[in-house]
Amino acid sequence: MSQDAPKTPWWNDQGNRAILYQVLVVGAVVLVGWYLISNTLANLAARNIATGFGFLGREAGFAIGESPIAFDPADSYAKAILVGLLNTLIVAVLGVALSTVIGTIVGIARLSGNWLVARLATLYVETLRNIPVLLQLLFWYALITEGLPAARQAFNPLPGVFLSNRGLKLPTPDWGGTEWAVLAALLLSVLGAMLLARWARRRQAETGQSFPSGWAGLGLILSLPLLVWLLGGAPVAMQVPELKGFNFEGGTTVSPEFAALLTGLTLYTASFIAEIVRSGILAVSPGQTEAALALGLRRGQVLRLVVLPQALRVIIPPLTSQYLNLTKNSSLAVAIGYPDLVSVSNTTINQTGQAIEGVALLMAVYLAVSLGISVFMNWYDKKTALVGR
Amino acid sequence: MKRLALLATLALFGGTVLSSQVQAGATFDAVKARGSLNCGVHTGLAGFGAPDDKGNWAGLDVDVCRAVAAALFGDAKKVKYVPLTTQQRFTALQSGEIDMLSRNTTLTSQRDTELGLNFGPPNFYDGQGFLVPKKLNVKSAKELNGATICVLPGTTTELNLTDYFRANKMDFKPVVIEKQDELAAAFFAGRCDAITSDSSQLASIRSAQASNPDDYVILPELISKEPFATGVRHGDDQWFDLVKWVIYATFEAEEKGITSANIDSFKGKTDPVVKRLLGETPGLGKALGVGEDWAYQAIKQVGNYGESFERNVGSGSKLKLPRGLNAQWNKGGLIYALPIR
Repeated sequence: MSQDAPKTPWWNDQGNRAILYQVLVVGAVVLVGWYLISNTLANLAARNIATGFGFLGREAGFAIGESPIAFDPADSYAKAILVGLLNTLIVAVLGVALSTVIGTIVGIARLSGNWLVARLATLYVETLRNIPVLLQLLFWYALITEGLPAARQAFNPLPGVFLSNRGLKLPTPDWGGTEWAVLAALLLSVLGAMLLARWARRRQAETGQSFPSGWAGLGLILSLPLLVWLLGGAPVAMQVPELKGFNFEGGTTVSPEFAALLTGLTLYTASFIAEIVRSGILAVSPGQTEAALALGLRRGQVLRLVVLPQALRVIIPPLTSQYLNLTKNSSLAVAIGYPDLVSVSNTTINQTGQAIEGVALLMAVYLAVSLGISVFMNWYDKKTALVGR
Repeated sequence: MKRLALLATLALFGGTVLSSQVQAGATFDAVKARGSLNCGVHTGLAGFGAPDDKGNWAGLDVDVCRAVAAALFGDAKKVKYVPLTTQQRFTALQSGEIDMLSRNTTLTSQRDTELGLNFGPPNFYDGQGFLVPKKLNVKSAKELNGATICVLPGTTTELNLTDYFRANKMDFKPVVIEKQDELAAAFFAGRCDAITSDSSQLASIRSAQASNPDDYVILPELISKEPFATGVRHGDDQWFDLVKWVIYATFEAEEKGITSANIDSFKGKTDPVVKRLLGETPGLGKALGVGEDWAYQAIKQVGNYGESFERNVGSGSKLKLPRGLNAQWNKGGLIYALPIR
């Protein structure tokens, strides 16, 4: 066109309109939010209900059944909530790890050529994923508390190990500080084994020479802590649980509540993960497997080197949802008495009467934990994505 | 955008909790206009608030709801029962979901002030105790050092328990389960050495859930004062007055020997207190904003305090609790009606 195009009014410009709509939507959300918050605050003030987070610094005054850090009733509400959070995280981390392992095994087993193995895996999946998880938790808890003997008649399968409806009592090493050195050596050697495996992979990619990094790593993990233990004078003293008064003293305890929660959440989530793994494997074209076999790779290598890396790209996004579900389902702990974040917050809310602050805190913490898991899994998803070459 | 979404969620939550706009002084009018009373009760505690085998709510706390409905509407059945857990109860009352809370709730200064509630006269004086299996051979709560103790969450119970053990320099391990049935099941399965709660509740649990109630004993120590009272929210004094005086009227009726069965025989008697109570001397009903027969209806349809006690938790019930502190003031108890005049 030779002349200037007729000037379009700014509201007819597509870009401007998009901005306008977004401003309007955000404005509406803010307005509604502001209205609800100010309304709530006005209602609270009208009824003389205390507001604010000042209660967090006050003395909690209640005891918590189990805690990874030392907790005393004289500590603050903030610390009580921290204990609850740590208890939740312990269950979530262990649950995610265990359910991934079990889920993967069951998922692969469902595709097994062995009729019995495949049917058993199907039975597992169809039973566990179709029963509400709360019922499963109550079932495991009832099984432990009603099925196991009382503390005074505890099973004693190994010296120092006691199993009763008070939980599993285990002896702990009492090596005067050496146990921490051994633990540090263990962590160090695991790190070393990971670095070794990485170096071996890179060398194989460059030179084609393979290195038995698996065996070498295992040797490292076993030998280094052993060496430290020997250097520490090979102590063998153990703190053995002993029946005193009402209960066992000494050693460490796996409580029935924790065991029931972990078992229930793990087995339930594993049934979903099994299906995700199965669908991921089936999504890899069978031609890939045939080609890999034709190249002379062994069955295990086909699975590990060809099928799983491609399946992972399909598996990871739904797997993230399952991890999030498990973490959030851990809040069902209140039903069986495990002192998780919700349980401790409930007590806090009741003693202080500040439900809005308590629930807001609860939601913010769960959101933060869930977003953390999402961020990590998205990063891992990107890492495993197909790299175009 | 994420932060915005979070804010909006929080606000939405807050708004839901306190959404119903209750104006000061409006509860009384709202209940009257609605034609029925929304009464918060226990989710199921035998003797205090639980549905019976025909699905009708019954109990000492339920009778308070019925008496208020009878005084206000002349019909004790015009009550909608809202079963509430310990965690829900105050929020439900503050938000206007219920008009009154009659659910073995301990009257404390914090609840009276910080939670924005008002409490009527206590209708049951209780104390926190311990229930233990007889075979443990424990005779006193002082012998419970190192014990595992089952406890209901989020009541004053947890705090009292911790205070008691701290004061006596003893240790314990709590097992905190939200639902009372699950908690009691864990205790009877042997997960805990003792279960702690208000002693009336322990009696209720023992009679309802123990395979053999005689195998369990309530220890003599009461480690707290637990006066149960009916709660209403701040902001409507007329409503508070009505609830308060209906309860006093049931106390007064017992003191005067007026029961649901014999109340009609008191008509035309000369005792001025009875005449005021029965509405034969008018004035009090008008002052409360209800019919002059308010107390008559409450007593006629629900019974006096003593009848309600015996029927629900006393000798006429499974709980078989003695009157103890809950006897009339002139019989060694604490039930004392303020003068109705």
